[in-house]
Amino acid sequence: MPKDEFQARDFKIVGTRPLRPDGIDKVTGKARYGADVTAPGMLWGAVLRSPHAHARIVSIDTSAAEAMKGVKAVITRADFTYQPDDPGLADVLDNCMAGEKARYDGHAVAAVAATSKKIAHDALDAIKVEYEVLAHVTDVDEAMKPDAPVIEAGRQQENVPAGLSENVTSRSKYGHGDPEAGFSQADLVIERSFTTAATHQGYIEPHACLATLGADGQGDLWVCTQGHYMVRNTCAGLLGLDAGMLRVTASEIGGGFGGKTHVWIEPVALMLSRKAGKPVKLVMSRDEVFRATGPTASSSIDVKIGMKKDGTITGATATYRLQAGAYPGAIAFLSAMCGFAPYDLENVRTEGFEVMTNRPKAAAYRAPGAPMAAYPVESVIDELCQKLDLDPLETRLKNAADEGTKSAYGPTYPAIGLKATLKAAQSHPHWTAPLGENQGRGVACGFWFNFGGDTCVSLMVNPDGTVSLSEGNPDIGGSRASMSMMAAEELGVPLDQVRTIIADTASLGQNEVTDGSRVTFAVGLATIKAARHAIEIMKERAAMTWGIDPEAVDWHDGAAHPAGPNAGKFPPMTIKEIAAIASNTGGPIAGHHEVNAEGAGVSFATHMVDTEVDPETGAVKVLRYTVFQDAGKAVHPDYVEGQFQGGAAQGIGWAINEEYIYGEDGRLQNPGFLDYRVPVASDLPMIEPVILEIPNPGHPYGVRGVGETSIVPPLAAIANAVSRAAGVRLTSLPMSPPRVLAALKGQ
Amino acid sequence: MVAVRLWGSLAELADGQQTVEIEAANLRQLLDGLARDYPALKPQLERGVSVSIDGKIYNDTWATPIEKNSEVVLLNRLVGG
Repeated sequence: MPKDEFQARDFKIVGTRPLRPDGIDKVTGKARYGADVTAPGMLWGAVLRSPHAHARIVSIDTSAAEAMKGVKAVITRADFTYQPDDPGLADVLDNCMAGEKARYDGHAVAAVAATSKKIAHDALDAIKVEYEVLAHVTDVDEAMKPDAPVIEAGRQQENVPAGLSENVTSRSKYGHGDPEAGFSQADLVIERSFTTAATHQGYIEPHACLATLGADGQGDLWVCTQGHYMVRNTCAGLLGLDAGMLRVTASEIGGGFGGKTHVWIEPVALMLSRKAGKPVKLVMSRDEVFRATGPTASSSIDVKIGMKKDGTITGATATYRLQAGAYPGAIAFLSAMCGFAPYDLENVRTEGFEVMTNRPKAAAYRAPGAPMAAYPVESVIDELCQKLDLDPLETRLKNAADEGTKSAYGPTYPAIGLKATLKAAQSHPHWTAPLGENQGRGVACGFWFNFGGDTCVSLMVNPDGTVSLSEGNPDIGGSRASMSMMAAEELGVPLDQVRTIIADTASLGQNEVTDGSRVTFAVGLATIKAARHAIEIMKERAAMTWGIDPEAVDWHDGAAHPAGPNAGKFPPMTIKEIAAIASNTGGPIAGHHEVNAEGAGVSFATHMVDTEVDPETGAVKVLRYTVFQDAGKAVHPDYVEGQFQGGAAQGIGWAINEEYIYGEDGRLQNPGFLDYRVPVASDLPMIEPVILEIPNPGHPYGVRGVGETSIVPPLAAIANAVSRAAGVRLTSLPMSPPRVLAALKGQ
Repeated sequence: MVAVRLWGSLAELADGQQTVEIEAANLRQLLDGLARDYPALKPQLERGVSVSIDGKIYNDTWATPIEKNSEVVLLNRLVGG
């Protein structure tokens, strides 16, 4: 069996709950976030943003700003003289600094670097921009109409049917069988339309960076991001730099959840630094984060499902229309793939449309496209169960995908854990707990792929036998802890002998972004293999010391041992003893591994939630919440539970409170956490996580990703609970008090 | 020959064929063969695809072997958050 395939074993460290290595720094304020980095002679950057949702930029006069004392550089799009060939990169450049048009409220049109924040902002006021205001569209359904204002013509892919607005840039279709034939076999068919709002990823730390870029093309960038290699490659591509000349260091990160998988201010800061000849710090305000970075897409969805009286789903279709923002997007296909992924269906068809609007370009948000895909599907299944008097968990079990199921998006599943989550939900006390007046219980399932990708890890055995591990992925969910645990497990040393750091882009090869729930899987795989590499070297050193063949040496419990009686009688050599004589046996000892880690295992979850609806105000209170999820092997269960709870908490906000509200003028009305209300601790019950460990056959420890699946079921689970509590089916998110009240009055 | 299943909107560009056959022993040969035999698929192949081989999803590793009886499904290029 190859070493990267799962092998059952008894763990000593993996699966335990040691203290978090980053915890003390974070709670005592010592952790250095993006805005905490400074440099001698540093300037302050600020960005001028469009007040219009859609406007042609007629002219920009920066002369008055440039003449101000303390202003060291003013830039517009004209300063970005390097034009990338790649259309995707060209979009990123235009998003970071508008060219011919401002495409949304908050679109950057100019930037300043000055000796103080105040001077920089005063200089922004001195920049004169003449706009020709254009008609705008911010609603996805309106943007699809043939007479809608067009954000950019000529961007449709070859897969878009004729007759739709040019704002529709792509279409994807998935499925198999004959849904219409399936509907004809059903005892009940329900067809409904749904909407979801654009929501913010809810990260607390605004985007921030410090940039230096010299005339020689060499630069350094310190930045808060989920992927500093992505930042390096993108910025180099936008500014015409050699990637190797730009070193990027990731700061501690105050949340990302997909919202920090792109660049917005970093190329601007680099350009300001190059023009001013000094370091430039650029920190977004909260208003800028809301207006000018990417929320998730809003959506408009039609779902139709047919079911027999015994609960068998006979046919299913879904059409997903996702608002991509001001540039072509790429997640509606994920909705089309994920919506029915939990189920074993003979007849299923889905379709996803990407639609440009005058909003900031939508960004990823944990399992992008999947929560709004599951919400309408799970809602209609719940309504079918209500009307056919069926148990919602039993019905899902009856239709649940399993090993050997041909998934709704095509491939046949290997071993998966959906049924295990449903059975765990059935046997949990939550399922049979009594409900009170105006209360309802909802359940829903969710699916996510999980990814791997390019990954590098270096593991150094220090002269005293301690271990330094370098990974290239910003730690957004506990990767420093889990990598240290996997390295210690493999080496057979105490956990406190291993420290993991996040290396800069000049210290390791290419690493993909911390996204797709990939890090514990992919970086963990590379960590285990780097440790095995170091073990092989240490076995050679012990063999050299003993004068025997390396093949005659075993490694366990943190030491080299003769493999058997024929190898000779030698006392074990510990890692400390081997490290101490490394200079005498060949030099420093280090293991490393570089891999494109493919073959990540998919993940499923079932969520259960109780809500209470106030019939007088329409307010929804979440009373109890339980998450059942297949984690594969949970390396550090505390972090896994945190991922489960965090996804549920964010889903509660998405379901009940959160939405970007655009006015008739196309401007964002609520760009701040006072008017855009995320759940706080007092809004939430204790969210109970139930970890199921179905090993991923493609990882030596059986690890799957856990960071994203947990946000997929909550929208639907809560909508089902609220609909049952209210006695009326809710079909638009968020289920804010006015919307719930209107539904109650409309019964 | 390897049977490759296309997703719906891609099948429309391959003369409506949901499954096409390509002479390929690994991922690179598969992608090259698709572009050669079905030029209408080239724009999507250039934008990027993921490929499920016997239930495991691959993006880039050209040398990934494909057996003649493998289940091969072309997918939109997966992204995450």
